[in-house]
Amino acid sequence: MAETLPIRETAQGSAHARHGSNIGQPVTRRDGELKVTGAARYAADHRPPGLAYAAMAVSTVARGRVAGLDVAAAKAHPGVIEVMTPANRPALAQDPDAKHHPFMFRMDLLQNDRVRYANQPIAVVIAETLEAATEGAALLAPRYEAEAPAATLADGEVFVPRAVGVGSPADLAVGDVEAGIAGAVHRVMATYDTPAQYHNAMEPHAIVAEWTGDGLSIDTPSQGLAMARGRIAGLFGLKPEAVAIRSPFLGGGFGSKGMLSGPQVLGILAARLVGRPVKLVLSRAQMYGPVGHRAPTRQTLRLGADGEGRLTAVHHHTRTASSRFDDFFEAASDVSHTVYASPAIRTSYDAVRLDTGTPLFMRAPGEAPGSIALESAIDEMAAACGMDPLAYRLLNYAETEPMSGKPFSSKALRACYEEGARRFGWEGRPLAPRTMRDEQGLLVGWGVGTATFPALMFEAQARAVIRRDGRGIVETGAHDMGQGAWTAFAQIAADSLGLDIDAVDFRAGHSDLPDAGIAGGSAHTATAGMAIHHAGAAVIARLAELAMGDERSPLFGAGNAGVVARGGRLLRRDDETRGETFSAILDRAGLAEVEGKGSSSDGGPAAGDYAKHAHGAVFAEVKVDPDLGQVRATRLVGAFAAGRIVNPHLVRSQYLGGMIWGVSFALHEKAVVDPRTGRVLNADLGEYHVPVNADVPSLEAILVAEEDPHVNALGIKGVGEIGVTGSAGAVANAVWHATGVRVRQFPIPIEALIV
Amino acid sequence: MTHSLTLTVNGEEKTVALDDPRVTLLDLLRERLGLTGAKKGCDRGQCGACTVLVDGRRVNACLTLALTVDGSDVLTIEGVARNGSLHPVQAAFIAHDGFQCGFCTPGQIMSAIGLMAEAGPLDDPERIREGLSGNLCRCGAYAGITEAVRDASKILSGKGGAA
Amino acid sequence: MKRFAYVRPSTLDEALAAGARPGAAYLAGGTNLLDLMKTGARRPDVVVDITRLPDLSAVTVLEDGDVRVGALVRNATLAADPAFARAYPAIAEALLSGASGQLRNMATLGGNLLQETRCAYFADPASACNRRRPGTGCDARGGENRLHAVLGWSEACIATHPSDLCVPLAAHDAVVEIVGPAGAREVPFGEFHRLPGDEPQVTTALEPGEIVAAVRLPGHGKAFAPHARYLKVRERTSYAFAVVSAAAMLRLDRGRIAEARIALGGVAARPWRAAAAEAALVGEVADDAAFHRAGELALAEARPSGENAFKIELGRRAVARVLRLAAAGTPDFAPALPASPFASTTGVALHG
Repeated sequence: MAETLPIRETAQGSAHARHGSNIGQPVTRRDGELKVTGAARYAADHRPPGLAYAAMAVSTVARGRVAGLDVAAAKAHPGVIEVMTPANRPALAQDPDAKHHPFMFRMDLLQNDRVRYANQPIAVVIAETLEAATEGAALLAPRYEAEAPAATLADGEVFVPRAVGVGSPADLAVGDVEAGIAGAVHRVMATYDTPAQYHNAMEPHAIVAEWTGDGLSIDTPSQGLAMARGRIAGLFGLKPEAVAIRSPFLGGGFGSKGMLSGPQVLGILAARLVGRPVKLVLSRAQMYGPVGHRAPTRQTLRLGADGEGRLTAVHHHTRTASSRFDDFFEAASDVSHTVYASPAIRTSYDAVRLDTGTPLFMRAPGEAPGSIALESAIDEMAAACGMDPLAYRLLNYAETEPMSGKPFSSKALRACYEEGARRFGWEGRPLAPRTMRDEQGLLVGWGVGTATFPALMFEAQARAVIRRDGRGIVETGAHDMGQGAWTAFAQIAADSLGLDIDAVDFRAGHSDLPDAGIAGGSAHTATAGMAIHHAGAAVIARLAELAMGDERSPLFGAGNAGVVARGGRLLRRDDETRGETFSAILDRAGLAEVEGKGSSSDGGPAAGDYAKHAHGAVFAEVKVDPDLGQVRATRLVGAFAAGRIVNPHLVRSQYLGGMIWGVSFALHEKAVVDPRTGRVLNADLGEYHVPVNADVPSLEAILVAEEDPHVNALGIKGVGEIGVTGSAGAVANAVWHATGVRVRQFPIPIEALIV
Repeated sequence: MTHSLTLTVNGEEKTVALDDPRVTLLDLLRERLGLTGAKKGCDRGQCGACTVLVDGRRVNACLTLALTVDGSDVLTIEGVARNGSLHPVQAAFIAHDGFQCGFCTPGQIMSAIGLMAEAGPLDDPERIREGLSGNLCRCGAYAGITEAVRDASKILSGKGGAA
Repeated sequence: MKRFAYVRPSTLDEALAAGARPGAAYLAGGTNLLDLMKTGARRPDVVVDITRLPDLSAVTVLEDGDVRVGALVRNATLAADPAFARAYPAIAEALLSGASGQLRNMATLGGNLLQETRCAYFADPASACNRRRPGTGCDARGGENRLHAVLGWSEACIATHPSDLCVPLAAHDAVVEIVGPAGAREVPFGEFHRLPGDEPQVTTALEPGEIVAAVRLPGHGKAFAPHARYLKVRERTSYAFAVVSAAAMLRLDRGRIAEARIALGGVAARPWRAAAAEAALVGEVADDAAFHRAGELALAEARPSGENAFKIELGRRAVARVLRLAAAGTPDFAPALPASPFASTTGVALHG
């Protein structure tokens, strides 16, 4: 069964005036009513008959082995059905430590008694009730043979990874960086620390799994349904078609639900062990280990500039960490490939291995930590040159991509700087720090940061149908994690079919549908959107073929002039008074429906010739108590250019959400790790601080117009991650401007500002 | 020992035989009464996703033992819309895009309705922000949430009082 | 969560009988106890739900002018009581700065007094903690301790008491009314919370089976109402525990200080009354110089227990600031951001 959103027409839903095209309209969310009434069903909301509850026991040491579990105590607890340990875990068809490609991450599926990070699953208790399962897990009271862990970037042997990010080189240079620095008039060398961060989507990872004969029926959140299905099929030796995954809504993902995680597989194993449907939901604390995180970085920026302030060299070096047992290296330096013009640029990396879960993509991977360091360093250089930070950025504006030398496919960054600065009121900003106060004596500072994120495309497929009743059906296994897939793709689908959005049934969120790729890299709308676009075009082409070849049709012989689809009709392009409805064409042809398929991949023939990025400029105001050091980001204005905007209503929300992540990066969030044990001490939402409503009193996002003829036929770039970049640096720079203190440690701790 | 628990949920009286006193109000609603609108984001009173009204006051259902609300009136997100028409706070959340993934949304809306009952008309956005700071939104929909609550408050106070 | 027996007494005698059972714990608002039961730090065998007990939910003005607040009065209820907030504005401001709207609706006065430290090692059964399990050691020493105590700590324990409410209660010389198997008794607020010493597991003056019945506020405290404030330094604008907090109350007489009350939060295992600083302020002109001296005196005995030396300077500044705020006068209405350094920020723009 495909997931179709049960849309009920409401006054809000139909009130929007549409002027021809669906794309570009600020349509409210089609899933809005489900979400505000509590009717939207997330994975953990499912409760099939016969359900048993599973709870994981997780390790409280970061390295060693499990020497004992009190299975008897757990089993003695009323309601406990079974305890799954390495001794009785059902067999798998594939070693969870096998790695057939770089993005097949190793999992902890009770394959042995080793512990390789804190909060690693070491057993699963299955019970009749949630309460019994949870207490059963506590009663296991594990004993360990613990070993000393590597917990911080200062621990362990430093090495150079073979590649970083998604296969990017660990050392890359253009020009002569050392000569550029040696010959510079102004130099900045500074080191910035960013902490481990955890995605902390509001919805903890959850799975409801049921074995049905030889098949599997699963509710679990996924940002990559086809990949998840393939991984499960591989692990269990099933045909992919035997695995059905429903994921109509994710309660946030931010990268942590991009790859199937170990705990989700444990839920499937538990269901197999007890022969019943099983629900396994992670506790918040259990989110700090087996489902990925952003690795800490220590970044060293070396910049040189000439007498006018023009950059002569940029060296961006990142030290980061992966787990001891798998590879993921946060590509923080790579942002310096793109943003500022310099004749010489080098990006380099080294790394250590820590006894942590394997790090993973987290909203704006690479760019988020990279941007806050680069934007801080650029600000330090502007100050060294005695220049306004915005003027300094304009002076070093990159007309072509500095590292590759390629032209940009489009780049409306100048307009972003201009419109953002105007709206923010940047003019008249005093150059010197610690010179502005508000009426109560609080220090006020203004900062700017440049936002950038690659415009990526992956591979996806879609299927479109027009039925004899004139309605369209469009299917792709797309993922709505809050960005608005149910709405934006319906808009693209409607345009692709020449139908009103209300005449299109859009189906998504199910693994049986065509592969929509992954909702990540800010590429989902462009990728799956292009597949939809092509599928729609294929249907229309088929309809046109039927009509133009039929002498009873007013479109007969339109041939070279071609036809256009609009409002459920095909019209002659050269004479739009001549046309007919889709229904008429199908009626005459005696067909119930026509179908078209479409796919997308990375770019067209000229794709490699251009550097493709979204851009933006973020302006931030902070207030700082001069005595107490407490900081508040009182005002942010972001201006972003990201090609064609499918739905400004939703895109604005993406930008604002990203900007809040930037505030969080600069001021709030950090995993506090005990260096002695490698355990995260604030593995919760009380002390792991993400911003609350009162932390972000004024936010504004400006959607700067931009047309891009190269990224894809629809001209769409991504918007989900760019808001993080630029914002974090803008806030950090504003703190400097408010206080005169340059803090190079994030989040900026209160003690750094008690001066 | 089985405890008998009687409570009114969304206007409907329910008597539940509870075999385990450990069951929280949140788990009672979600796992035993089939009301899954209230969400479990942290289970420790640190995120607000489980917010419901008990006798008209907003509480964290995850830190409330079900047995302690015996005899109470519980309102969850499922009981907010009346006769098929959305509560003004719900409608305003849609209009202002006060959510993205939607997971924290039931808690945000219940918290907003509770806040209106506590504080009366909410014109000062700063008081809305503070009043809703017990509801985390990782997607970062706070701007829309604040606007939605301010708008809904105007509509409701125009009609002569909060819900 | 460990299995437990649940009992809901309807009289005090029944409650005390249930509370005398081995492994019993009293449950009121549940915001702290239930949380610790979930982490495994508390594993009671009997949970005695005292929320239905009569006579513990009232705010009463006594004949002598003292105000008696029942232990089951919810934080939000007390803060929203207009007569109470007018009489004891620093207490109302502290209440409103704590936790979240939801938690303030649940949490009770008695529970607030009895809440446990937020030290991460205390809440985690896998960590060594003398406070939770005597004799196991203290993982906070030499571990993560940047928010731990700078006053009154011992080698055995460096935890802080996290309450906001208790800080102005300490400044008010409140009295804790206790009932128990041996009858009723009273404990001065300053003696209610214990410093850790060699027995950090003994956190209050409460004997096993006893219940906090009420807190009595001296009527004299109302004289401070025109000059009473609470200030809370936090790492988020709201919904965060204090890094350091301070309450100050002044009686002014023609620009000079006739009487001063100062207490700090987040610096010790109990709300920290700064008696020497109070005494030194009497007779002084209410100016910044005097306030800074008071800050110095309030933290004179402070010493870092780890990576937290900054809290000593922060404490000095918080005292000086809250004194200045108090001297400037209690605002007519609770600020939109109670107790925040950004409290008086006005006219903040709505999102654009």
